[in-house]
Amino acid sequence: MTGYRINHLSELENESIYVMREVAAQFENPALLFSGGKDSIVMVHLARKAFWPQKIPFTLAHIDTGHNFEETLEYRDQLVEKLGARLVVGSVQTSIDQGRATEESGFNASRNVLQTITLLDTLEKYKFDVAIGGGRRDEEKARAKERFFSHRDEFGQWDPRNQRPELWNIFNGKKHLGEHFRVFPLSNWTEMDVWQYIYQENIEMPSLYFTHRRKAFYRDGVWLAWAPFMKLKPNETVVEDDFRCRTIGDITCTGLSLSKADSLIDIIREIAATRVTERGGRFDDRRSEAAMEDRKREGYF
Amino acid sequence: MFESDFSSEAYLNMQLLRFTTAGSVDDGKSTLIGRLLYDSKSIFEDQLEAIERDSIRRGNEQINLALLTDGLRAEREQGITIDVAYRYFATPLRKFIIADTPGHIQYTRNMVTGASTANLAIVLIDVRNGVYEQTIRHSYIAHLLQIPHLIICVNKMDLVDYSESRFNQIREDFLTMSAKLSIPDIRFMPISALNGDNVVHPSDNMTWYTGPTLLHLLETIDITSDLNRVDARFPVQYVIRPISDEFHDYRGYAGRVAGGSFSVGDPVVVLPALKETTIESIDLFESNIPMTNVSESVTLRLTDDIDIGRGDMIVKKGNLPSISQEIEIMICWFHEKPLNPAGKYIIRHTSREARCLIREVDYKMDINSLEQNRSDLRIGMNDIGKIRIRTTHPLFFDSYVKNRITGSLVLIDEGNNQTVAAGMII
Repeated sequence: MTGYRINHLSELENESIYVMREVAAQFENPALLFSGGKDSIVMVHLARKAFWPQKIPFTLAHIDTGHNFEETLEYRDQLVEKLGARLVVGSVQTSIDQGRATEESGFNASRNVLQTITLLDTLEKYKFDVAIGGGRRDEEKARAKERFFSHRDEFGQWDPRNQRPELWNIFNGKKHLGEHFRVFPLSNWTEMDVWQYIYQENIEMPSLYFTHRRKAFYRDGVWLAWAPFMKLKPNETVVEDDFRCRTIGDITCTGLSLSKADSLIDIIREIAATRVTERGGRFDDRRSEAAMEDRKREGYF
Repeated sequence: MFESDFSSEAYLNMQLLRFTTAGSVDDGKSTLIGRLLYDSKSIFEDQLEAIERDSIRRGNEQINLALLTDGLRAEREQGITIDVAYRYFATPLRKFIIADTPGHIQYTRNMVTGASTANLAIVLIDVRNGVYEQTIRHSYIAHLLQIPHLIICVNKMDLVDYSESRFNQIREDFLTMSAKLSIPDIRFMPISALNGDNVVHPSDNMTWYTGPTLLHLLETIDITSDLNRVDARFPVQYVIRPISDEFHDYRGYAGRVAGGSFSVGDPVVVLPALKETTIESIDLFESNIPMTNVSESVTLRLTDDIDIGRGDMIVKKGNLPSISQEIEIMICWFHEKPLNPAGKYIIRHTSREARCLIREVDYKMDINSLEQNRSDLRIGMNDIGKIRIRTTHPLFFDSYVKNRITGSLVLIDEGNNQTVAAGMII
């Protein structure tokens, strides 16, 4: 059968749908970690495709740092309503109030690290035995060694030296009581694949990803969104210009780019020309060479 | 360089090629990957800055491209690669996934893992060393895992004055050695990863070589017949039952086509019940399609109401797989705890799960000499051998040579839930 070919986006889609169905088949109570970012939006789209005409068999779980972009919450609530899905929110503020997490101080204070505590508490509270995350191997070098099905011990920890071999498309989700899994259906996608897929599927995206006027300040080579609770250093000033978010997460560590891209095609063009990785704009990764590995070992996304 | 192409319709229609690279740092593997990523403009500035900082801190004189693939702290500290690392790059023709695996003998399991999903393997040979144990080991694994295409890169040609005769000698040596193996497509290529000769750009130093560059070959090699397109197989993964007013009686079988193709109206047989029915509809999110091919994730609906669940298999009438509880497999062992010949293991094969006991260990393979060892039958970590098993339920399978999806399985330890072995059905 010569001339038969399947394009890369279809192949990635087929693989991700396969992984999602494995999750539904192998686990009792799956959560899909929804941050409102593009990767989690694509995951929800894939989940709809995987189980149509059934509702998605996953609970959406949002780990809320309390430092969100307003638009993210609106988008989340509309999506939940459209899907008829169940949503649970784990609040970092609550973890702080309960004394389970301690707020960082200083100029680069972020609640990003604290999310791990809230995430693990949320998984335990609702008895989730698997959490589906939007992590991609191209994002960061510790992630490059992550499995599709990633085993976590009863403390939620990742042991990178003792990962299960993963062959062909056979996934081993067997676990003891109290242990759980993280599953990453987008493992093989790149940032470019994600945007091309959004374009191909015509998925509606939050306006934050497109150009908009915003107040921001420049710190250590990165544009950060300004919010009233943020501390500025003496030499930093807030300016207003045309920005778009390249990643959307906690407002304190989401990098912006100066951009006039107002369509998906513009964004794809912009990424093709970009010479910096998307995590290059994430403050949380810049803390040390192994920042991501350390957070992942403790149970981060 | 590709900006304009990236947003065009053609760019949404690239093919995906998965390849694995085997070899040690000494063979120049990391340099080769670094070169491919760098010359195809897939390394970003912040990544380059990060490894530059790292290289200086370590006292390396040049930028150490190996640091790009060493992701874990222990790997960077010890200067070794422990695990399979996945890398991504794209050109206007194809998207590539590299499974970069360490070459030392104790990591055979990683090589096997990387090879399991690969269309193609690159084996590096240092032109000064020629074909030696490690080359044989890597080639054997490529053969065992039935990687359809093998590219032998004879590297460091700059160190032998780009000698054509040295290249030809290695080629002859390799072909003599590999005569015992079944690898359908072998190519040879003289390169210098360090200087970039024949990697992305043709070499001015080796005008005697008239073949393609490595990247050109990766972009154009025909991979359409890498999957089994003949024998229709559909392992049922999940049953879709919406139980809603709109889809009251909907019952769909979700799965990924593991071989051949299915069309609406095809007479099919459901295993293990051996019940005959026909395909009523092939559903794909809010619509349906007339035909589905291998590797596609779809939902099938059948004309008759048959009791079907996860682990069952839908196949075309007149083309049944083997159905048996007695199975011969080649295994590669992954765990510190060796194979227990009296033990029972959980078996995962397509979407089916069963338990099995070990009937017999036939031989252990010496993968450095390609000899079968029938006196020492202990199978430990990183060993490869042939065994016979009996399963609690019948499996529906094809030989691994015929179909890499329906011919593969893993063994899981019942006590600690670890994946302890990969199996290729003979």
